[in-house]
Amino acid sequence: MVEAGRSPNIEIVSNADLLSLDGKPGNFTATVRVRPRYIDAEACTACGLCTKYCPRHMVDGYNEGLGITRPIHIDYPQAVPATYYIDPSACLFLQHGTCQICVPVCRSRAIDFSQQPTERKLAVGAVIMAPGFGRVPEAALTRYGYGQHPDVVTSIEFERLLNPSGPFKGEVRCISDQRHPHRIAFIQCVGSRDLGCDNGYCSSVCCMYALKEAMVAKEHDPECEITIYYMDMRTQGKDFDAARKRAEEHSGIRFVRAKVAAVTSWDQGLKLTYATMDGSHGFTGYDMVVLSVGLDAPTDAGKLAAIGGFALNRYDFCRTSTFAPLESSSPGVYVAGAFQGPKDIPESVTQAAAAAGIATGRLKTQRGTGVILKSYPTEKTADAEAPRIGVWICHCGINISGVVDVHKVTDYAGQMENVVYFNDSMYSCSQDAQETIKEKIKEHKLNRVVIAACSPRTHEPLFQETLKDAGLNRSLFEMVNIRDHCSWVHANEPEAATQKSMDLVRMGVAKARLIQPLPEQTVPVNKSALIIGGGVAGMTAALTLADQGFPCTIVERQDLLGGMLRQAHYNLPGDDVPGFLKNLVDKVKKNKLIDVLTNAALLATEGFVGNFASVVQETKGKKMVEHTIDHGVILVATGGRPHRPAKVLGVELPKSDRIVTQQELEAQLAGKAKNRAPGSVVMIQCAGSRGDDLAYCSKICCNEAVKNALKIKEINPASQVIVLYREMRTYGYAEDAYRQAREKGVLFVPYTMDNKPVLAAKGKGVKVSYHDPILREAVELAPELLVLSVGLVPESTDELSKLLKIPVNADKFFLEAHAKLRPVELPVAGIFLAGLAHAPKPLEEIIVQAQAAAAKAAMPLVRGKVEVEPIVSHVDQDTCIGCGICASLCPFQAIQMLKVDNKRKAETIAASCKACGICAAHCPTFAISMGGFTNEQINAQIQAFGAIDKE
Amino acid sequence: MSKEAFSPKILGFLCNWCCYAAADSAGVSRYQYPPNLRTIRIMCTGRLDPAFILRGFAEGAAGIFTGG
Repeated sequence: MVEAGRSPNIEIVSNADLLSLDGKPGNFTATVRVRPRYIDAEACTACGLCTKYCPRHMVDGYNEGLGITRPIHIDYPQAVPATYYIDPSACLFLQHGTCQICVPVCRSRAIDFSQQPTERKLAVGAVIMAPGFGRVPEAALTRYGYGQHPDVVTSIEFERLLNPSGPFKGEVRCISDQRHPHRIAFIQCVGSRDLGCDNGYCSSVCCMYALKEAMVAKEHDPECEITIYYMDMRTQGKDFDAARKRAEEHSGIRFVRAKVAAVTSWDQGLKLTYATMDGSHGFTGYDMVVLSVGLDAPTDAGKLAAIGGFALNRYDFCRTSTFAPLESSSPGVYVAGAFQGPKDIPESVTQAAAAAGIATGRLKTQRGTGVILKSYPTEKTADAEAPRIGVWICHCGINISGVVDVHKVTDYAGQMENVVYFNDSMYSCSQDAQETIKEKIKEHKLNRVVIAACSPRTHEPLFQETLKDAGLNRSLFEMVNIRDHCSWVHANEPEAATQKSMDLVRMGVAKARLIQPLPEQTVPVNKSALIIGGGVAGMTAALTLADQGFPCTIVERQDLLGGMLRQAHYNLPGDDVPGFLKNLVDKVKKNKLIDVLTNAALLATEGFVGNFASVVQETKGKKMVEHTIDHGVILVATGGRPHRPAKVLGVELPKSDRIVTQQELEAQLAGKAKNRAPGSVVMIQCAGSRGDDLAYCSKICCNEAVKNALKIKEINPASQVIVLYREMRTYGYAEDAYRQAREKGVLFVPYTMDNKPVLAAKGKGVKVSYHDPILREAVELAPELLVLSVGLVPESTDELSKLLKIPVNADKFFLEAHAKLRPVELPVAGIFLAGLAHAPKPLEEIIVQAQAAAAKAAMPLVRGKVEVEPIVSHVDQDTCIGCGICASLCPFQAIQMLKVDNKRKAETIAASCKACGICAAHCPTFAISMGGFTNEQINAQIQAFGAIDKE
Repeated sequence: MSKEAFSPKILGFLCNWCCYAAADSAGVSRYQYPPNLRTIRIMCTGRLDPAFILRGFAEGAAGIFTGG
């Protein structure tokens, strides 16, 4: 958020509504109405004084109405923009013309009651709709006592209760009498999978967030007993089943598969009545009941659709198609996030990247126009001069000065050698403080700056930017953390905290004396991509990159393009999948920017982001041809395949044409044979998955089973289809198809692992016995066809993992750099990931992921250069003895051994170096120094530490 | 600081990516801990030359804390 707020090329128009959208793709005019904030955003320093003085109370909407705030406020301290605003519905002046106490209180004179709504016209080339999701109807909540009993809360309210900035500062308390709840129940599917409120779909995220909230609540209070009442736990995402297992086994959360009938008042607490699968009823007492509410379409979806001229689906989310999941029906208008359909953070982040990539691809002729490039004054040389250090000690409002004696620390800093300027600062990160810092750097000829405030992890870039503005190298900066590491954690020991602050400042100044400017390094980029895998992910990524104008090479192991999608004949929504694939392959073949190598394999890759060199071996008949390809980025899309287990539910099954996988059944059903849809079919879900051969859920098998069951019913309505399942995970809109299948007479019978179906070979076929929980008795069948819903495994990730030094998870899928923040990037810079090699997922999600990976991969290609953090390692080749220890230890292949004047020497590849310093710590001759973390600097800090007693 | 109370001086080397970040989070969550630790941020505990630890003891540290 801060990054988006700081970018000179992103303008955030907050507090605003879209009024109209005119024009055509590439040339739209959006009219936006900006509501008055009554505060000058430029002048506001977010000090918070106005809120303190505002006499009126109002319900805090940000905290879901669970707390109290004032009409003049900011929702939460990290909000972007970090500007307060006045809620006109509650302000005494705006409602009654009185008060105005805030006006003289504000020292920056930021309050401006004369502000009026303004209209702005924005010229844009494309529009991305990302309004998020809305709330489920109230009626879905009142059914469970919400509104009648204060301790029945929604999961969103519970999330606020868990949050440190929430109404009880992170303590979970009952709303009724503020006691700590000892027994909490979660009710799943509130407002989802519920035709009663016209939300037939599954909201896809509630099972996971309920698990998370339950586990966090358990961390707060390990004694608390938590039960989750559910229909199917839909933890189908990557590594989600593992989280569920953790919740059950480690956190001790109880899962009850039951329908909740009612929640009523009972003594001091609540009574929850439920009915389980076998028809028995029960009730349990709870202190608090959390309703896991679903995601509804945004309230103004209809209005947005009318303005943007696009269609909505039957649930009022944006209508899109399987093959173009992010394109609305209006050209040039794209969609991302929950407005496209309920989804979680990783998928929303992926969609956002993909939508931005598609939009910029279509606008590539205008690329670079209007971009603001920041310029800086030329840097002065500082290394030769004696250190002239400036020290600022931050109050951070009262965050630091409420505990630490800031003036004492400031005076102490002033006595230190080489400190020529020192002062305290109310908010050292505010805009006006940056101006002061710049001024003082010039006035006192400062060449080192030390700021004692919060964490360099969040604020170092901001101050470094200020140094650059003042003509100093950004490395001439040291930050001392006296807030997160001191005032906040020693709140009851002001003297000790002040002493600690003084010590930390002394250590910081000691380091600052020895800081040297570090050169900024950029590396040019080879503007092309290597894509490994020619399935739907690889081809989609190639076309997205080609749309952006970048050439790429697809390396496909098999003899033709298409991958696993070649086995697909139809899908749940009824699209023409083979037609789509043919069209995709044609487009790839015709595209002049895309080079395809089939029967090819990657042999070796060297280099780093922007400058990779790969050797690819292509087999042409009996000939082997080796190609050396130079490229800037790599996209891994090696795909996966169905895994047919040797044993299903503990039984070794015979090879028989009466036992098939869903994929084989699909091929059979798509054919023309007369008896292709037999009269009796039993499908076994999770065959080999979730604990058998494969530990994980493959996400697509439930949808595949429903798809094929419907197809059988379509061809042969008399057929008896029984699906034996553990949990039907037909998330999202697939829930509609699941319901449809039940309506058409497909029998879905759940089984548990302690009472699982028994399979036995019988002649050429198989005999199935299972327990039917509704009949409450054992059933034995000999179906004409047994269908195994088998999971997916990735294609040989081991080899590629070693070749590219990219990690895999326990299930052998490639592991992304960050599940939420960087879902399509691998930890090695310049390598991106899409498709089944990441995790099992359906076609639509693969397409989005490929578009997102291509969008991310295009970023260094568009820039044409990569910037390197200057804190990388540096080898002094005069001292280096060429032992090679550093090169062998480097986890990032960032050190190469060279011949210099016939002697072996090490050299850092700056673009690959992550500054970990393993090389420097192990160099026997101290030839390697780390920028910003030299031996001398760290030793100076240690010595300054030792000076505590010596004073 | 009271002379009777046991109050050791501890020097900490914190990895920027995990332990330093965790110490930041501890602050954000207002977890209270004793004020005996003085920290040095490094980019990875791989940077930790054993000489730093020895020097820390030589400078009077009662204990060295590393987190990475």
